[in-house]
Amino acid sequence: MELDEEPPHPLNPEALDVALTMSMLLHAKPMDEIHVMRKVVIDGSNTTGFQRTAVIALNGSIAVDGVEVPLEQVTLEEDAGRKTGDTKTSVIFRLDRLGVPLIEVSTGPIIHDPEQAGKVAFAIGRILRATKKVKRGLGSIRQDLNISINDGALIEVKGVQELELVSKVVSYEVQRQLGLLEIRDELRQRSVKASDIKEEFIDVTSILSGSQSKIVQSALNQGGVALAVKLPRFNGLLKRELIPNLRLGTEMAKRAIFWGRVGGIFHSDELPAYGIDSSHVERVARSLGCGELDGFVIVADSLDNAKDGLRAVVERAREAVERVPEETRAANPDGTTVYLRPRPGAARMYPETDVPPVRIGQDRLERLWESLPRMPEELAKELETKHSLSSKQATQLVDSDYLPAFEEIVARAKGVAASFVATVLTESLRSLQREQVPVENIREDQLKQAFDLVSKGATAKESVLDVLKWLAFHPDGSAEEAIEMLNLRMLTKSDLESIISKIVESNQTMVQENGSKALGRMMNLVMGEVRGRADSRQVTELLRNRLEQVKA
Amino acid sequence: MAVQELEGYHGQVLQQLKKSKAKIGSILRLTSKSNEVFEGTLIPRSDYSDHTHIVLKMKNGYNIGISLDRTQKLEVIGEGEKPHFTKPSPPANHAGLPKVAIVSTGGTIASRVDYRTGAVQPALTAADLASVVPELSSIAEIDTHILFSEYSENIGPTHWKIMADEVAKRIANGAEGVVISHGTDSLHYTGAALSFAVANLPVPVLLVGAQRSSDRPSSDAAPNLTGAVALAALADMAAVGIAMHQDLSDHIVVAHRGTRVRKCHTSRRDAFKSINSEPLASYDLKTGQIEMTNGVPKRDKSRKLVVKSRFDQHAYLIKFYPGFDSGMIDSAMSRGVRGIVLEGTGLGHVSRALIDSLKKALKREVPVFMTSQTIWGRVDMNVYNTGRDLLNLGVIPLEDMISETAIVKLMWVLAQTRSASKIREMMLRPNAGDITPRTLVEAS
Repeated sequence: MELDEEPPHPLNPEALDVALTMSMLLHAKPMDEIHVMRKVVIDGSNTTGFQRTAVIALNGSIAVDGVEVPLEQVTLEEDAGRKTGDTKTSVIFRLDRLGVPLIEVSTGPIIHDPEQAGKVAFAIGRILRATKKVKRGLGSIRQDLNISINDGALIEVKGVQELELVSKVVSYEVQRQLGLLEIRDELRQRSVKASDIKEEFIDVTSILSGSQSKIVQSALNQGGVALAVKLPRFNGLLKRELIPNLRLGTEMAKRAIFWGRVGGIFHSDELPAYGIDSSHVERVARSLGCGELDGFVIVADSLDNAKDGLRAVVERAREAVERVPEETRAANPDGTTVYLRPRPGAARMYPETDVPPVRIGQDRLERLWESLPRMPEELAKELETKHSLSSKQATQLVDSDYLPAFEEIVARAKGVAASFVATVLTESLRSLQREQVPVENIREDQLKQAFDLVSKGATAKESVLDVLKWLAFHPDGSAEEAIEMLNLRMLTKSDLESIISKIVESNQTMVQENGSKALGRMMNLVMGEVRGRADSRQVTELLRNRLEQVKA
Repeated sequence: MAVQELEGYHGQVLQQLKKSKAKIGSILRLTSKSNEVFEGTLIPRSDYSDHTHIVLKMKNGYNIGISLDRTQKLEVIGEGEKPHFTKPSPPANHAGLPKVAIVSTGGTIASRVDYRTGAVQPALTAADLASVVPELSSIAEIDTHILFSEYSENIGPTHWKIMADEVAKRIANGAEGVVISHGTDSLHYTGAALSFAVANLPVPVLLVGAQRSSDRPSSDAAPNLTGAVALAALADMAAVGIAMHQDLSDHIVVAHRGTRVRKCHTSRRDAFKSINSEPLASYDLKTGQIEMTNGVPKRDKSRKLVVKSRFDQHAYLIKFYPGFDSGMIDSAMSRGVRGIVLEGTGLGHVSRALIDSLKKALKREVPVFMTSQTIWGRVDMNVYNTGRDLLNLGVIPLEDMISETAIVKLMWVLAQTRSASKIREMMLRPNAGDITPRTLVEAS
């Protein structure tokens, strides 16, 4: 449902089957009756204002590196819309993912180091793929991480899209929390108490009205104000870097943006800058009664927004004295995180009364049990024998996003060796990726087209990689177009003969001088011209014939 | 132990729960035969569910259902916090604002969700409504009354009478506008009924409903109520209107004329549409601006209300469709029907197979009226032969009156006269804008 203008439909039975299958593979025990809940989500990502979610199974486990990892819960949810941008007053979402069934697997709080986190995520993803029912590609498997350290706080990091990032995010988060604890201890040493930080906002509009700051000027032009608040004995701490590009000041700014709808803040550790010069800084500090150790924050916006923004800053400053606040954060592509929203509690969940509970009967479980997909190890073994692949190739295929494509290609592309297809789909694509070729753009139908062309003899198998590379940069193109554009179409026999004749003619002297020994050198010349467009055995044969004709 | 303490549980499960001294809200530990342990708060079960599962709310908020067959041990390990609903105190009334009476009759707008079960319960009184929508107190001096609490599909002529009499009472007590909260399913029938039952209104009467309960982020309860109260307090009109969302945004609340409105969607918030007419007025929730349509009767406190709140249910609304069995009309006759509204096709047609049955009805002085199932547009039986045949029989076309209004009006007219010619005359006499000689292009 794109809107809440229609009641929700019953639980999708196929999605439920996949979730149950997944639960079985993870050794989790399916519930006897599934109860769909509404989780209140008001950031806009679920356009109905709710995310429907249901516990499918509890108490699973998987072995990772010989260690039994408990999997507390498997839930089936509706995926949310993804944010594609925002302005000051609106957020833009893409709805193509909205309502797509999403399986959430929650591990127990037992992962002790960042590397293990990555491995567990990988193992779960591998089993998910074994069902062959999960969507592949960036963002379709996401990791939400709950990270806590001793004396720190439970932080939920949303939307880690790449597995490789898991351990990095965990490391950064540990570092961030340690940094915040250091700041806390330092504030305590400076004997700052939370109650010292007061919601006393001073209007500094008149001081800053003469500044060069574009942000201040634009706020004032729209009838806004500049407000400032004193942060007692915070001097120097606001700029302390916790993790790359994230300071305590940044954390405050994100809070102010979230709660105050403001564009950002200015804090004393970064001033003078941004068009606010030292005389302004001095006057603001004086108006707030700041001493040398004191810091301050300025917000320029409409009166309401500025007040809300500074309230959020004060709250964050008080937390800095006391603890690491519990938050939901979003992962950046570099593994750092940014404040997303406060952590929600169980209270935002209540029953979806419009969807009746679903009883999971024994017959359903038995049916699923009988058609349980094979686990990755079994699958790899089978591929090995069926297609005479090396065990490395088979494992790589199972772990790649391309197993279904592989099976289809091998079934249809007659005369193309399975091991060749496997190599292309695993090693070759990966090496292209390392060369920054956006291989994720290549669609499955394009992959099939490329191998079909080899199978039909329309292009040489050596050309496949060039074709795929071209397709990665031309997502709307076809493999057929690729071989045209790259001039990789196989030459017909007569085309080939005329090319050979031409080359032989223009190298008459060499042919005369070397006699039959000319074959090797001529071969190089011809292949240089037709590589990727002709089969070398055919070239040899035609060239030999031609040379013999010349001799005769 | 009262059964309500274990709401929704029956049979063996109920026995087991009783034996363990469990109550709704108790924290239970269930141990399955395979030694799995589940802990959570005992949640009431829907009456429509089976009698073999126990529902627990786990600590993380999720509900799960566990089969009793699988359970080997059931213990109460604690008592959860008892659910309670604390009413916010109603905001103080500001002196000098117009007096508006809010009368509640039930429906989604007056319902709230029970957070333990998630069930939508019609538990919110008019006073609760006013207290959860505090902005009302800055628009009007609010005075709230509960009349009854009924899903609107259960509301009928007896309720219309109670409502009409209540409107008269509120106006007599000095209300400068009356708002009636009501379920949406039959809201437009009530709109028509009140339009006829309380005539010569000095002030506006606004019926208001909600398509989505107030626990949902997309609820239209508060905006609709705000719009209805604002229009009741401030709009310079004196008519019965239905105040609902104009479109999908929380932007405009529009008051449709009580006799000219229909629920046209099962679930959208803009389900109500004015048919063959323009709305009476609209209220902009952002700016507070009211826009009036020309020709709407204006307020006039000197006007004396005329209440005719009786309805005779011996009136049938019969929808014609291909394959219609004319025996239905005969059986209506044998059940003592006193008037029939036929909802015909297109311009007002029914199959010739009905002619004999209609002839019999008309001969026995049971008037037969024609409206159209196309919803929009005017009945015109002079265009095709079928129409002319029906006219010759004595079937009476109801111009651009909508079927729902026609049946309500027929019940109202039948309560006042049994003379066929008088019924015909009253049905065709325009009343509360139910029928007009001319349809404006903008209104269709």
